[in-house]
Amino acid sequence: MKSEMDPAIRFSAVTKVFGRIRAVESLDFVAPVGAVTVLLGPNGAGKTTTVRLTTGALVADHGNIEVLGLHPKTDGDEIRRRTGVVPPKPAFYDQLTGWENLQFAARIFAGTEAAAHDAAERFAIEDALDQEVGGYSTGMRTRLALARAVIHDPEVLLLDEPTAGLDPESARSVLNLIAELASRGRSIVLCTHLLHEAEGIADHVVLMSEGHARAAGPPKELASRYMPDPIIIFDAENRQSLNQLADFEGVIDIQWNGGIHATLKDLDRLPDLIAGLVDGGARLTRVEPLVPTLEELYFEMQRSHREQDA
Amino acid sequence: MAMAGADLRRLFKSKDYWIPLMLMAGLFFVVIPFFSLSMIGSLENTQFVDQVTQIVGQLPDSVSRAVAGETPTARASYVVAVFLLAPIAIIVPLTISAAVGSNAIVGERERGTGEFLAHSPLKTSEIYLGKLIASLVPGYLATFVGFSLYAVIVNLTVGPSLGGWFFPTRGWLILIVWVIPPFIAIALSLILRLSARVRSAAAAQQASSLVTLPIIIVSYAVAAGVVASPGASGLWIGAVAWVVAGLLIARGASTLKRDRLLGVASET
Repeated sequence: MKSEMDPAIRFSAVTKVFGRIRAVESLDFVAPVGAVTVLLGPNGAGKTTTVRLTTGALVADHGNIEVLGLHPKTDGDEIRRRTGVVPPKPAFYDQLTGWENLQFAARIFAGTEAAAHDAAERFAIEDALDQEVGGYSTGMRTRLALARAVIHDPEVLLLDEPTAGLDPESARSVLNLIAELASRGRSIVLCTHLLHEAEGIADHVVLMSEGHARAAGPPKELASRYMPDPIIIFDAENRQSLNQLADFEGVIDIQWNGGIHATLKDLDRLPDLIAGLVDGGARLTRVEPLVPTLEELYFEMQRSHREQDA
Repeated sequence: MAMAGADLRRLFKSKDYWIPLMLMAGLFFVVIPFFSLSMIGSLENTQFVDQVTQIVGQLPDSVSRAVAGETPTARASYVVAVFLLAPIAIIVPLTISAAVGSNAIVGERERGTGEFLAHSPLKTSEIYLGKLIASLVPGYLATFVGFSLYAVIVNLTVGPSLGGWFFPTRGWLILIVWVIPPFIAIALSLILRLSARVRSAAAAQQASSLVTLPIIIVSYAVAAGVVASPGASGLWIGAVAWVVAGLLIARGASTLKRDRLLGVASET
């Protein structure tokens, strides 16, 4: 993976207003080259507008956007040639077959029919290509949309809620395909409000809210920023013995959650804590650091920003 | 051309679209002419034939001289076949093309396919021209095929009383090949701009009728004039119409904005 100094996408103080609605406002973020960047935020956070601004489908009112070193306002055609987009509800010409829809995409993206076949095969939709798209299920439409989006082997792939409406199995296979594309060096931007969707595939997270980027960075960096105190999970055969943790020096907080989640001032205290617990009669079965999930991180970031705003 | 090709393929795969199209063209170019001309051909010295004869007598010499036929019935048949039914050749393509064109851009937006086009490397001018071609072709194709059938019907029903096949006349050829296409293009250039601006297909159809109606009236008069007086004036009228169409198309192609292809603009 390349560094943030070499971004696939860079938004600098970008604002887009529709009437009285400020869809994105002073939006700053960077999507590194060759990484999966997840735009995380609730509905209405400005994610779709961000995708549309990236390709130049919408023009920003203020600010600067760079995509692969180009500017959507002046180099939109070149950017669109080098990017692929999967919209939230992929739409097709329903009277045409899957193959005819792919052929159309191949023509306008200067892709080849061979590439269209490859894309259909990669997304396991080749058996349905002779059918009219009007009869496709939601999962088939999403797979066709993914095939259509990569038909020209784009350098940047923008996926806007690609698993919306999919059953868990189809959603998982779509996410696996995204991970596979990322492993081949493509820069991917995934918009979602589903935290579990971003879990595990996000190299870089941008938390969006009300058109702003509230926080951005690799998940580990965000975790150390928003959840700086280490949390250790303790469990024991005699769980009541773990209550003594609250009285130990260096323990900031304890919460029962299956075992005990103990927030420490620093990890150096851990050997003393274990020794103290054992001396106090605890028969420990589990001592391990908590790696925060994206969900825990998300809610911690939201809480932190609400406090700042207040 | 990819845009036009996809749209045409989609239209012709849709029975909901081309069956009414064929019925309309068939009604105006085949059914109505066949029964009208057959009926007139069977009449002898009726009030209708007398009235047509009087009208022809009041027309300018250049026009009345162009009316062929030895008997009053034959001359009445010629007038109906060549002059009265001529404007059909304008109404049919304009109506068909307007129906397709009004839905062309707003339809992309309503279906959601406009999102794909907006993110594609197609230039907005290419999208506009593709839509224009895809709207123009069905109307013109229906007219061309309908006109060919009309020619056969006219020659079979009226031809025997005029000494053989005589249709299409020079005026009709100029009309079909040179005058009608730019008039359709003029109407479509305006209809597509409306289609890009309105919020729904229903609104687009309402708005397009406001554009189509005056153009039908103007072109009706032009068509009648070209058929009645098929000289250099017909060629000039066509040339002027082509220039106007070219200017309007260029203007329309340059004014289409990519965000018009997207869903609700305020969607975030």
